[in-house]
Amino acid sequence: MQFTTSHFAALLPLLVVAATAIVVMLNIAWRRNHSITFGISAIGLNLALLSVIPAVKAAPQAVTQLLLVDRFACYYMALILIATLACVTLTHAYLGKQQNEGFKGNREELYLLMLLACAGSLVLVSTGHLAGLFIGLELLSVPVYGMVGYVFFNHRSLEAAIKYMVLSAAGSAFLLFGMALLYADSGSLAFSVIGQAEASELMRLGIGMMLVGLAFKLSLVPFHLWTPDVYQGAPAPVAAFLATVSKVAVFAVLLRLYQTMPATSEGWLNTLLTLIAIASILVGNLLALLQNSLKRLLGYSSIAHFGYLLVALIASDGLADEAVAVYLASYVLTSLGAFGVVTLMSTPFKEQDADSLYDYRGLFWRRPYLTAVLAAMMLSLAGIPLTAGFIGKFYVIASGVEGHLWWLLASLIVGSAIGVFYYLRVMVTLFLMAPGLHRYDAPLAWGQQAGGIMLLAVAVLTFALGVYPQPLLDLVQHAVLATSL
Amino acid sequence: MILPWLIFIPFIGGLLCWLAEHRNKTLPRWIALATMLLLSFFSLWLWWTGDYQLAPTPGATAVWAVEFKHAWIERFGINFHLALDGLSLLMIILTSLLGLLSVLCSWKEIQNHVGFFHLNLMWILGGVVGVFLALDLFLFFFFWEVMLVPMYFLIALWGHSGSTGKSRITAATKFFIFTQASGLIMLVAILGLVLVNYQNTGVLTFDYSQLLQATFSEGVGYILMLGFFVAFAVKLPVVPVHSWLPDAHAQAPTAGSVDLAGILLKTAAYGLLRFALPLFPEASAQFAPIAMLLGLIGIFYGAFLAFGQTDIKRLIAYSSVSHMGFVLIGIYSGSQQALQGAVILMLAHGLSAAGLFILSGQLYERLHTRDMREMGGLWSRLPWLPAISLFFAVASLGLPGTGNFVGEFLVLMGSFAHTPWVIVIATFGLVVGSVYSLIMIHRAYFGPTRAEGGLAGLDKRELVMVLGLAGLLILLGVYPQPILDTSAATMAGVQQWIGSALSQLVTAR
Repeated sequence: MQFTTSHFAALLPLLVVAATAIVVMLNIAWRRNHSITFGISAIGLNLALLSVIPAVKAAPQAVTQLLLVDRFACYYMALILIATLACVTLTHAYLGKQQNEGFKGNREELYLLMLLACAGSLVLVSTGHLAGLFIGLELLSVPVYGMVGYVFFNHRSLEAAIKYMVLSAAGSAFLLFGMALLYADSGSLAFSVIGQAEASELMRLGIGMMLVGLAFKLSLVPFHLWTPDVYQGAPAPVAAFLATVSKVAVFAVLLRLYQTMPATSEGWLNTLLTLIAIASILVGNLLALLQNSLKRLLGYSSIAHFGYLLVALIASDGLADEAVAVYLASYVLTSLGAFGVVTLMSTPFKEQDADSLYDYRGLFWRRPYLTAVLAAMMLSLAGIPLTAGFIGKFYVIASGVEGHLWWLLASLIVGSAIGVFYYLRVMVTLFLMAPGLHRYDAPLAWGQQAGGIMLLAVAVLTFALGVYPQPLLDLVQHAVLATSL
Repeated sequence: MILPWLIFIPFIGGLLCWLAEHRNKTLPRWIALATMLLLSFFSLWLWWTGDYQLAPTPGATAVWAVEFKHAWIERFGINFHLALDGLSLLMIILTSLLGLLSVLCSWKEIQNHVGFFHLNLMWILGGVVGVFLALDLFLFFFFWEVMLVPMYFLIALWGHSGSTGKSRITAATKFFIFTQASGLIMLVAILGLVLVNYQNTGVLTFDYSQLLQATFSEGVGYILMLGFFVAFAVKLPVVPVHSWLPDAHAQAPTAGSVDLAGILLKTAAYGLLRFALPLFPEASAQFAPIAMLLGLIGIFYGAFLAFGQTDIKRLIAYSSVSHMGFVLIGIYSGSQQALQGAVILMLAHGLSAAGLFILSGQLYERLHTRDMREMGGLWSRLPWLPAISLFFAVASLGLPGTGNFVGEFLVLMGSFAHTPWVIVIATFGLVVGSVYSLIMIHRAYFGPTRAEGGLAGLDKRELVMVLGLAGLLILLGVYPQPILDTSAATMAGVQQWIGSALSQLVTAR
């Protein structure tokens, strides 16, 4: 295959991220320095974000059989890079500046793992081939095991890492089995070839198996059992990464799979997906009601949110692609904001994160702006107007109405009504009278550090997109899938 | 350009209140007062200078007294489209007036976090003004939801804990969930309407005047209409979905109750008049008997439960349910007179309920209880307040000379020709209305005294508030003509929609 500049341009974001990972690794080997490592990672990710522009110009461009960089891929690449950047800044705030305060172990490797996982996500969103899908997914998952267990001297973190690893491996096994069935049926691993083949029962079974594997990663009911424990055990910035980057990448590849394979939306597969969606919405929201830990609550709420997203996936024509893109963007912003506040509250590193709701009582009267950010994020998760979450929910409902999915819409409405209850519970906690003694508090100058600035930017963006979403919608309209190689 | 400012003024004023809190505890109150005075001034000026003969009517392109339009989300054909006609103007005047009162009545009551309180108060009012002005269905829904959050905070953070041990947070959450869930049903209906219109015409738009021309089959229209009706029924409230109202009222601070009863309930009636009826005239005509039945149930159910309450604010809350029953009957009767009556009744109930809530707030400040079993004999211990309460109670039961009488009388008289039996039964609602109003006065102010010693009288601020409201109610009762003139054109339009649909239905049978 001829390798031209346009191939190079299309691949540039991935190359930059990979190069950054290598530079960070060499830097660690040469001399450990937290600030320098953070600086290199941040610069690398920014460069990668810039290099999405030439990639868009080159799109659609197939690079080998494995990768297909189209505008769709570029949109999600940008989203992933922004989210990773945010997670990196949060990590910097979380681990603490000086060697003798905050985190006890080595700090630098967390950046390396994060960059590797980011590279995996970039592969995942731009792949049009089952082999690419698997490589991307594993490149994403394996570093995440390490990230979840990074605070290894804390037994919760370690438990979460092992739980995530075992279940994730089981998910991958399902995925591989499904791929094998698809290959047996059609004789190819490329999405487009499989999509053109006649839909047989074997193929449906294969897709169903793959669905199970991907549902593990997306923590859809009934494959959600790991989510709350892992969210709670993982360090806050890693939980943010898990909630945003990893889920966006997997959902993007699921969407591509669905749009290129007509067989996915036929027969019992559709019913299965509908049931999964309804179960995710209801179970996620109902279990979130019982939580007293903010991180677990966010974990359950993310189950429900991916249930909402499935509504758009099932509608699968008309507005659906745009709805998914807008919803994911708003969800990423909101999750980053919410986990960002948890991170800043837990800084510098302490044995356990500030995740009990009790720690947040009356925060508003001590840190009004930080609390306003968290309150805005809760409203955005609940889908109240003036926030980006509302636009996302509006889009999902619109695509559901367009596809006449009345049962799904009914469960979405019931789910949102339940959801409002616990989001409001968090919100009102922030404004209640503060207890006399508080174990956790954000540093007074939180707004002047990278993490704080990022958080304020996220909050402003959430508000701005809620009031004037037109720029995002324009962008999303161009983020179309390329139909073939 | 004046219309967007009507919305922005409260929002900006609210932010200023919050920022001003750091400097001074009373500064936010003055800023809020100034904001509301500015809003009242603008709305009255609009009334004075505007010509309200223009209003949307069937078959013609919609015309408005004042209009503002700016592109917002082009992807869906959503515009920032505001317009004013007689009905919305009256509602905005009511909003600014009650906004003024709610700032005044919390002057002493609210001592914690004054700035943030006024931020929420102003934002509620801004959202409500937005609801009354929005002519794009997306924008309407947007404001419909925006006003929930500050109201939630108002109840949850500055409310009282209930007499039966229910917490204010529970009440606020209940309020929020009821309105939010029903609002989402309305959103689904809005999207359904827009997409049906899109399939028929190929134009994706949320614009009111374009959607008025939408055509759809009978069944689809009925279901979409129900989607709108559910949201409005929860807010009005109509009986099976009213249970948030008494809790929210009882637990809310006085300003919250005033806004809730005076304005927020009116957004529902406004929504029915502006959206549900004109968009779906045929479906609404079919639904009218059920709506009237629900109204009847509301009148009696509200009245009986009001009679049984011991908490004075819950009593007033249930009386609102009863009064809104009359409004619902008026709206669905399809006669011009009854529709006009419903408008007068909305205004009059806004004033009288606000008066009663302010008075019970003042009572609470003196007695620290809302339980009527612990009152009794207050007439001898308190100057002014019992007598003024008596006035508002009789206004609420519809005594001639007050605005409530004019409203109820017009509703009953106007609807009698079409639906005599409904009206005959509804008239008895006035009787039970007087029972609960008078029992409230009797329990609270007459009978043996529970404790000795006089209580502090009303100061100037308190007197000005309640006497001003009383004066307006009498004015509305003896000379309602300016109000009727202002809303006439809008109501004539609504009457043509629902009236012609109703008569078609009669001939079809």
